[in-house]
Amino acid sequence: MDAESAKLLGAGLAAIGAGLASLGVGNVFAKFLEGALRNPGAADGQQGRLFIGFAAAELLGLLSFVVAMILIFVA
Amino acid sequence: MAEGKVDPVHQFTIEPLFGTDHWNIAGYNVAFTNSALWMAITAVVLMVFVAGGARRAVVPGRWQMAVEGFTGFVDNLLKSNIGESGRKYLPYIFSLFMFILFSNLLGLLPLALVGLHPFTATSHFTVTGVLAVMSFAIVLIVGFAKHGLHFFSLFVPHGTPVPMIPIIFPIELISFLVRPFSLGLRLFVAMMAGHVLLEVLSGFVISGTNAGVGIFFLAGVPSFLLMIGICALELLVAGIQAYVFALLTCVYLNDAENLH
Repeated sequence: MDAESAKLLGAGLAAIGAGLASLGVGNVFAKFLEGALRNPGAADGQQGRLFIGFAAAELLGLLSFVVAMILIFVA
Repeated sequence: MAEGKVDPVHQFTIEPLFGTDHWNIAGYNVAFTNSALWMAITAVVLMVFVAGGARRAVVPGRWQMAVEGFTGFVDNLLKSNIGESGRKYLPYIFSLFMFILFSNLLGLLPLALVGLHPFTATSHFTVTGVLAVMSFAIVLIVGFAKHGLHFFSLFVPHGTPVPMIPIIFPIELISFLVRPFSLGLRLFVAMMAGHVLLEVLSGFVISGTNAGVGIFFLAGVPSFLLMIGICALELLVAGIQAYVFALLTCVYLNDAENLH
């Protein structure tokens, strides 16, 4: 296998990371909704924490996009 | 079909405008680029928006309500994350939030219909990186000015057993040091990924339309419908990323201001 096709394969494999991060982001919002429906009074006060969790989960998916971009355009 | 291919990253090209490409200061090129132009446009639109709403009417009109909604939102964000002592960061967080929000949204405007090329300034790591380093520098300055060398106790959480300290300290230090990197990277990648996605889908629409009626209905029309949906999602992402940037800056400032 030559180096160019190995790069493109690696970039494609990095998309697995984006898919897994979607599980994480979905989990963050699902658990928040679950808790918010049990105790709607406390839900509004926790929205900041919801978005911190969302940002942390999302970042790891975006990193896999960065890996793909580096493999295609930089490496 | 290779000659009709749409290049998804061409939209991020930075080019000098108005023949300024030979401007130099001490050997560095300081050309007025399209990135600088769109940041200037963002600043002007932001100033017009805020100045137009700063009327102090007792019964606010729509414009004043919009501006007061944003200031109240940022004020509330600071109060719930830092407390009353967070009020002094209101100008910085408000400017940061509004600048990111406006430049995200201005980059999504369909100005290409009239021949202009909208450019998202926040889709470049140089811009978001500087914003992140600015936030991080404020955290460091406030932290060391307020707590002196006690600021290092941030890296040893309360109640850590003594044998654990040599392990916890480097972990907390590294997680603190990657903050500006992750802050800038998140905004830049979210913006860039969205624009690349839109460009790829528009490439599907164009080559699907060129490839005949069958392919047009099989691939072109679904891609176009998906594109409309992704555009709506991008508007949401533009808001969420601006909010997340402001929120995380508040959380980091809280560490410096209140130190556990």
